[in-house]
Amino acid sequence: MSHGRDSLRTPLGRVRGLGSAKRGTGHFVVQRVTAIALVPLTLWFVWAVAAHAGAPVSVAGRFLSHPVNSGLMLLFTATAIWHFKLGVQVVIEDYITAEGLKIAALLANIFFAVALIAACALAILKLAV
Amino acid sequence: MADANASLRRTARPLSPHLQIWRWSVTMFSSIAHRVTGIVLGAGALVLAWWLIAAGLGPGDLRTFNEVAGHWFGRLVLFGFTLALMFHMLNGVRHLVWDAGAGFEPATARRTGWAVIVISLVLTLGTWVYAYMSMGAL
Repeated sequence: MSHGRDSLRTPLGRVRGLGSAKRGTGHFVVQRVTAIALVPLTLWFVWAVAAHAGAPVSVAGRFLSHPVNSGLMLLFTATAIWHFKLGVQVVIEDYITAEGLKIAALLANIFFAVALIAACALAILKLAV
Repeated sequence: MADANASLRRTARPLSPHLQIWRWSVTMFSSIAHRVTGIVLGAGALVLAWWLIAAGLGPGDLRTFNEVAGHWFGRLVLFGFTLALMFHMLNGVRHLVWDAGAGFEPATARRTGWAVIVISLVLTLGTWVYAYMSMGAL
């Protein structure tokens, strides 16, 4: 493909299909936003689990029936799993070069993350209401 | 045959990060460990989902989970998840500082790398001491 002055293709024609110029930073930004959100959420989660270690089985349900706790647990699981999805996406893009396998792995990553978020959310909501 | 030699030299050049060629350094370790702990924590998310679902199903299922998690091997795995979580969180903060454009000097990067390792160990041990105190075992 000629990039010279004699080319009949316009600059726009040459860059079309080479990727968006608008949302390339979306993955980077969401990974950072979820990372920042996860610092306080993780500290809360670790405290919550450690503080109730060895408690009778009824305590877990009672703990998550409080809206503040179930709300924080919903935010923690959804944010952490989406952050995980973004990280695994980079790993797949780094190491899997075969195009078909890469697309299959990227799709599986999305489906796995959404299914896991849904499963956690259903369990939390069942305990919360 | 200059071309063949050039391509041989090109392929012989190490691709970074290359485990057999680069000497281990704390910055290299923390970089690799960040990715490894991230993947490990995905397995941790599965255990968390199992716990939440067991709690949602009822006391019988939660008791089964507690038996598995409370076994010495279960506790060892949970200790590993705690350490992975603390390391990934602290090293993630280190990455956020880098994103802000600070801390790139080699000496600083080495120091913060060691700090992340030491603090994650301290926080993990502290969490487990607190957990055993909550259980009344300490």
